[in-house]
Amino acid sequence: MNLTLRIWRQKNNTVKGKFVEYHLDNVPKEASFLEMLDILNEQLVMKGEDPVTFDHDCREGICGACGLYINGHPHGKFKNTTTCQLHMRKFADGATITVEPWRSAAFPVIKDLMVDRSSLDKLIQAGGYVSVHTGGVPDANAIPVNKHCADLSMDAASCIGCGACVATCKNGSAMLFVSAKVSQFALLPQGQVEARDRVQKMVARMDELGFGNCSNTFACEAECPKGISVTNIARMNRQFLAAKIAEPLKK
Amino acid sequence: MELNSRIPEGPLAEKWINYKASQKLVNPANKRKLDIIVIGTGLAGASAAASFGEMGFNVKVFCIQDSPRRAHSIAAQGGINAAKNYPNDGDSVYRLFYDTVKGGDYRAREANVYRLAEVSNNIIDQCVAQGIPFAREYSGLLANRSFGGAQVSRTFYAKGQTGQQLLLGAYGAMSKEIERGTVKMYARREMLDVVIVDGRARGVIVRNLVTGELERHAAHAVVIASGGYGRVFFLSTNAMSSNGSAAWHAYKRGAMMANPCFTQIHPTCIPVHGDYQSKLTLMSESLRNDGRIWVPKDEKKAALLREGKIKATDIPEEERDYYLERRYPAFGNLVPRDVASRAGKERCDAGCGVNNTGRAVYLDFKEAIQRLGRKAVEEKYGNLFEMYERIVDENPYVTPMMIYPAVHYTMGGLWVDYELQTTVKGLFAAGEANFSDHGANRLGASALMQGLSDGYFVLPYTMQNYLADQIGVPRFSTDLPEFEQAEKEVRERIEKILNVNGTETVDSIHKRLGHIMWEYVGMSRTKEGLEKAIGEIKKLRAEFWQNVKVPRLKGMNNELEKALRVADFLEMGELMARDALMRNESCGGHFRAEYQTPDGEAMRDDVNYSFVAAYEFKGVDSEPVLHKEELKFENVEVKQRNYK
Ligand SMILES: Cc1cc2nc3c(=O)[nH]c(=O)nc-3n(C[C@H](O)[C@H](O)[C@H](O)COP(=O)(O)OP(=O)(O)OC[C@H]3O[C@@H](n4cnc5c(N)ncnc54)[C@H](O)[C@@H]3O)c2cc1C
Ligand code: SF4
Ligand code: FES
Repeated sequence: MNLTLRIWRQKNNTVKGKFVEYHLDNVPKEASFLEMLDILNEQLVMKGEDPVTFDHDCREGICGACGLYINGHPHGKFKNTTTCQLHMRKFADGATITVEPWRSAAFPVIKDLMVDRSSLDKLIQAGGYVSVHTGGVPDANAIPVNKHCADLSMDAASCIGCGACVATCKNGSAMLFVSAKVSQFALLPQGQVEARDRVQKMVARMDELGFGNCSNTFACEAECPKGISVTNIARMNRQFLAAKIAEPLKK
Repeated sequence: MELNSRIPEGPLAEKWINYKASQKLVNPANKRKLDIIVIGTGLAGASAAASFGEMGFNVKVFCIQDSPRRAHSIAAQGGINAAKNYPNDGDSVYRLFYDTVKGGDYRAREANVYRLAEVSNNIIDQCVAQGIPFAREYSGLLANRSFGGAQVSRTFYAKGQTGQQLLLGAYGAMSKEIERGTVKMYARREMLDVVIVDGRARGVIVRNLVTGELERHAAHAVVIASGGYGRVFFLSTNAMSSNGSAAWHAYKRGAMMANPCFTQIHPTCIPVHGDYQSKLTLMSESLRNDGRIWVPKDEKKAALLREGKIKATDIPEEERDYYLERRYPAFGNLVPRDVASRAGKERCDAGCGVNNTGRAVYLDFKEAIQRLGRKAVEEKYGNLFEMYERIVDENPYVTPMMIYPAVHYTMGGLWVDYELQTTVKGLFAAGEANFSDHGANRLGASALMQGLSDGYFVLPYTMQNYLADQIGVPRFSTDLPEFEQAEKEVRERIEKILNVNGTETVDSIHKRLGHIMWEYVGMSRTKEGLEKAIGEIKKLRAEFWQNVKVPRLKGMNNELEKALRVADFLEMGELMARDALMRNESCGGHFRAEYQTPDGEAMRDDVNYSFVAAYEFKGVDSEPVLHKEELKFENVEVKQRNYK
C-alpha cells in the first residue's frame, strides 16, 4: 500500500517541532505500524536524513514503551490495541496518517515522537507496592484470596504504564493509571495494611508532579489499550475519602 | 585461568544450608559504605537491586528502556514453576530438581539446580506477599497448571501475563527502595564496558541514551543481569533492545562465556511472514496443555493447503497426523521444547508444512473447545487468541492456529560459579545473562523462577560473602586511569562506527547475520554448515566495519545504539558457531545432524561431552581458549531422555 505520513519532528525539548510529510510506497499490509516506521527509517538513513525517533521495545503490547498519537487517538483509534499491535491492514491504501507524540505537561518531548514518562515511575515510588522485604513472609496459601477479587485485581494490574490515559485527558490527569495500582492492592488482603497511606501518598504525588485533576470525562477508559476500567477511579476516590477521614497522612 | 565452581561440601540437599550457615556477613554500618552496580531491571536485576537496597547497601541500577518496568521479563506469558505440591500430585524439591536436570539434558550443574528447586517455594511466598494477583481456585487458594517436560502441575500463573506481574512486583519492591534512597535508578542508559581495577570489577562505562554522553560509575561490585542474546538471530521472541553487549564486554574483560551455542528454539510462535518483519511473537507454551499439534498426513493435501485451495477444517480427522502424540505417547503435546521444535521442523522438511511458506504446523483447539466449552478456553487463553488474531487476521476459535519454532531463550551466557560470580572477581551475573541452571535446554516456566531465585534468594547471600572482604576498601574515584582508559576505548569504538559512513543500514546487516545463524546455527547443525557459518560471519563482520551507515547525531541516536549491539552480535555469533562445532553430540537445544539415532532422536555423548564449555577471550580474530568444567552427576541417574 502507498501512504502519506505527517510526522511530528522535533530535535529536542528546547526547540520547536513541526509536521513533516513523507510518502511511503509498497508497505506490506501485514506489517505492523512500527514496522512501517522501520521501513521509513531505513529509507531516511540511506538518504542521509535523521530517522524518526520513537519508543518501542517488546512489540507485543505488554511493555508499554510504544505510544504514538495516530490520527488524533493515542495508539490509534482501535480498541484495546497498543501502537505496536496495530497493523497496516487497518488503514486504507492511499491514506494520510498523522503521527504525533504524547502531548502532556507531565511528559516533555525528548525527540520527535519520544517523550519522558518518568513521572509515572515517580508515582509508583510514592507507594504503588506492598512494603514487604525479601524473605520472612508467610506461606503463599496462608493468604486465601477470593477468586473474584483476585480476578478484578489482575484486571487492574494489567496496566502497562504507557501513559495514553494521561495523554488523552484534557486535564492531563493520571487518575486511571494511579487508580489501577491502588485498586490492584485494594482488592487483595495483602494490600490492606498500607491501604490508607498508599492512596493518600499516591494522590499527593500526583499533585506534586503537576498531573491535572479528573473531571470524569472518561476519555482515558476509552483510549486505554488494556481496557482498564474507570470503576477503578471510583474505587480509589472512595478509598481516598475514607482514608483522609479515618487516618489522614501525617505531614 | 582456572575454573573453580566452588560448590560447597556436603550432601546435595545440605549444600545451600551449609553455605548460608558459614558465609561471611557485613554489619549494617559497613553496608552503607559499600556500593553495588546492577545492570538490568528484569526479574533478576530488579529483585537483586530491591534486596540489596533493603539490606542497606548503596545500589545503582541501569536499564536501556525509559522505565525499569519495561525490561523484557514483562513479556513472559505462561508461568513460574515451584515445588509447592499444592495440587498433591507428587511434586517435591527433588522432583523439580530432577526434571530440570533431565530437561536440560544433563548439561547443568547439580548443586545449582538443586538450590534453584529449593528456593522456588520461597519465590511464590514472596510474590504473593507482594500482592501479585496469581490465578486462584474458588477456594481462594492458588491455582496451578502443567507445562512442557513435567508430569505434575507446578506452574503458577497470572493469566497469560505472569512475567508482567512478577516484574511489576520486583519493580514495586525496587521502587520502594528508590523512595527510601538506597537504590538509585538510571534509566535510558546502556552499559558499554566494565572497568577492572587490580583484577576486580569496580565500575562501568555507560552511554546516556538521551544526551549521548558517556558516564563513569564506580562500585565495589557489579552484577550483570542484562538478559539473553537471542537477538543475534535478528528474528526472535525477544524485545528490540535485547542484546548481548553487557555480557560480551564482560567476556572481553576476562569473564568466560559458557555454552554459548545452547539456544532455545520455542515450538509455538507465530510463523514468519515477510522480510520487513522485526520480531516473532510467542504463543505461550501453556497452549500445548489443551491444543493439539498436527499436520496433514498426506503431502499432497499439505500442498493444497499451502496454495490456499483447501482449508485446515477440510481435512478429516483420520487424515491428520498428530505427530507429537504419535511419536511421544507418554508426554504427547507436552514434550520439552527442543523435542517439539525439531519434530515440527522434521514434518515441514518432509513436505507436510502448511501456511503459504510451508513453514508452519497447526495447533488446534477444536477438541478442547468441545471438551471444556468455548468460555473455559476463552478464560484460559483469551488474550493469546486475541493476540494471534490481531497478527494473523484469523480466528483461532474457528480455524486452527498456525505455529512454527522461533528463537526464544539463550541457555548459554556468562560462566558463573556457585556464588554467581564470573571468572572476574566482583563481577556477578544473574538471570538469563548467566549460563547456570538450564543446561542444554530450559524447561518452560523455569526462567522466571531462576531470575527471581538469583535476585531475591541467592545474590543477597553470595554478594554479602564477597563484600565482607571489601569493607576496608574506600569508595572508588572514577578519575582512576582504568576508568579513563575504558572510557577512551568506548569513545573510539563509537567513533569508528560513525566514521564508516558506508551504504548499508545496521538492520540490513543484522538481518543477514540472522539468516546465517538461523540457517547454520539454528535448530539443526552440521559440521559443514557451522564451518561455513564461521567464514560467513567473519566476512559479514568485515563488511560491517567497511560499509555500515550510521548517522552522526547529537544526543539520541537509535541507529548508533543498534550498531553497537550488532557489532557485538557479529563477534558473538562466531563464538556460538565455534562452540556448536566443538560439541560433537546432540543434546537439548543443540542438535547436530550427524549425531542422531535412526529414528531421529538426539544422541548425547556423555563420555566425551559431559562438561560445561567455557571460553576465554583472546582477541576478536583469535581463537578463544576452551576450558572445561566437568559435570558430575551423583544424585540423578544419567539416562538418555525418553519422552516416549
Ligand atoms: C515472549 C517471552 C515469553 C516468556 N515466557 C516465559 C514464561 O512463561 N516462563 C518463564 O519462566 N520464562 C519465560 N520467558 C523467559 C524469561 O522471560 C526471561 O528469560 C527472563 O525474564 C529474563 O529475565 P532477566 O532479568 O534475565 O532479563 P530481562 O528481563 O531481559 O532484562 C534485561 C535488563 O537488562 C537491561 N540491559 C540489557 N543490556 C543492557 C546494557 N548494556 N546496559 C544497561 N542495561 C541493559 C535491559 O534494559 C533490561 O532492564 C519468556 C521470554 C520471552 C521472550
Ligand atoms: S491505565 Fe491504560 S492508558 Fe493508562 S497507563 Fe495504564 S494501560 Fe496505559
Ligand atoms: S512496544 Fe511494548 S507495548 Fe508496544
